[in-house]
Amino acid sequence: MPEPTAPRDVPPSLVEARDVRVSLQGTEILHGVSLSAAHGEVVALMGGNGSGKSTFVRTLVGAIPASAGAIELFGAPATAQARARLGYVPQRLTASGGVAATALEVVMSGLLGSRGDSAGVAGRIRGLVPPRDRKERALKALESVGIPDLATRDCARMSGGQQQRVLIARALVRDPELLFLDEPMAGVDLESQVQFAHTIGHLKEHGVGVVIVLHEIGPLARLIDRAVVLEQGCVTYDGPPPKDLGVHALPGHDHEHPHEDPPPPDGGALGLEGP
Amino acid sequence: MISLLSEPLIQRMLLVGLLVGLAAPVMGTYLVQRRMALLGDGIGHVALAGVAAGWLAGSAAGFAQQDALAIPGAVVFAIAGAVIIERMRARGTGADVVMAILFYGGIASGVLLIGFAGGSNANLLGYLFGSISTVTWMDVWMSVGLAALILIVGLGLRSALFAVTHDQEFARSTGLPVELLNMVVAVLAAITITVAMRVVGVLLVSALMIVPVAIAQLLTRSFSRTMYLAMGLGAALTLTGIWITVFQDLQPGSLIVVLGVILYVIVAAATSFTRRPRS
Repeated sequence: MPEPTAPRDVPPSLVEARDVRVSLQGTEILHGVSLSAAHGEVVALMGGNGSGKSTFVRTLVGAIPASAGAIELFGAPATAQARARLGYVPQRLTASGGVAATALEVVMSGLLGSRGDSAGVAGRIRGLVPPRDRKERALKALESVGIPDLATRDCARMSGGQQQRVLIARALVRDPELLFLDEPMAGVDLESQVQFAHTIGHLKEHGVGVVIVLHEIGPLARLIDRAVVLEQGCVTYDGPPPKDLGVHALPGHDHEHPHEDPPPPDGGALGLEGP
Repeated sequence: MISLLSEPLIQRMLLVGLLVGLAAPVMGTYLVQRRMALLGDGIGHVALAGVAAGWLAGSAAGFAQQDALAIPGAVVFAIAGAVIIERMRARGTGADVVMAILFYGGIASGVLLIGFAGGSNANLLGYLFGSISTVTWMDVWMSVGLAALILIVGLGLRSALFAVTHDQEFARSTGLPVELLNMVVAVLAAITITVAMRVVGVLLVSALMIVPVAIAQLLTRSFSRTMYLAMGLGAALTLTGIWITVFQDLQPGSLIVVLGVILYVIVAAATSFTRRPRS
């Protein structure tokens, strides 16, 4: 596992989002959502389908612009440079392209871009480490999620759990200080879930903040410090995680309309999943 | 047979064929990765309008060789078309209908303008299906320059272009200049099309970008190996096709594409039959 770097400063929160509003195709999806996460804190972002969890995470990582509200990262307004210090694991292999790609190639792509410094365009394209070191770093990241033997396998032919581990390795290879994961347990086998819990525990020990979108707390229960529940684009609960296992047990859960589908998001151009 | 290699025309044809065969699959790999395999077709249509505009400009300027500005015109129009298409793709609303209008408008206005400029059906067919047997040393040096640009940028930025075409949202989260890199892909694709146009023509230009990639995909499961294998296949197909037409009176562009399609069918059948594990 790549060793997470020690925090550079010690701001009160790694991420502080206040009254964030997001509109997609003229429809407001998030109606003033707030969230914070500190060093070593694991925050579960929960809610039914269409509650806006994924939209919120995508907004925090910069994939969707917020129409109102404030987002601070590492104690300062969120900029592209600050966002480069984040790790992001999308819901699934969102853009598995038309050409096959090995796990090693996908993970190595995580070493591009900047990491919070003011790297120019050339620096961002060159990436975080020299090209000769990328393979070694990527192999270590794959090892940290338990699949070093799949390095040369085509991602598109892997199981859902294996694909998810590749995406986690791609995020971890950057040594993020704050990690966002969008439903990493969805459709994942038990072995991968156990490995995933181990990985999150290791990151937590090293002070990495984690915001994780979940339907069910499951094997992560002992790691989660706080649960934030979204319903129809609003926070209905922010506090200790429930003793019970699912989002249905949380205060504020709408039992009348728990799984309404949302209006289509503006993700079509990117080929992305909706909230 | 070997003595034919000392013929300047044969040398020019083979050199341009080799460059196009190597360069086209590089950009084809990125287009297939982004699931935009037919983009080359569309830009090719727009490039024909550029050919015609260049032809008109050459006539108006009184150049002895009327089509002296045809290729520069194609480069300008293809890049402009690619930039418009990329911007609409990024915006993601109604892009397909506008693109269709751009493509049809390109080829229709191209045919009309070549007529206005005094071009013949033979001239038109040369651009629609390729005319490598009329390639001049000036064409060769232009092809060398443009192909070198495609290879240097396309291979040199391979990691970054892979990241953007594979998962744009993640690439944006890392701080990569996604919009700039998307534009690089679009512009290089446009340049590739104008270079390849001389060999296979605007109607088949996309095939030279895509067919070698499609064959390579049957044989390997890695992005970089797919790209390198496609480059080798592209070069082999173009050189083979051109060499055959030295002895047989066949249309080189069509022959190259047919050879590629036959090879694809053979490889697809062989891999399907053996069901060999891919590494």
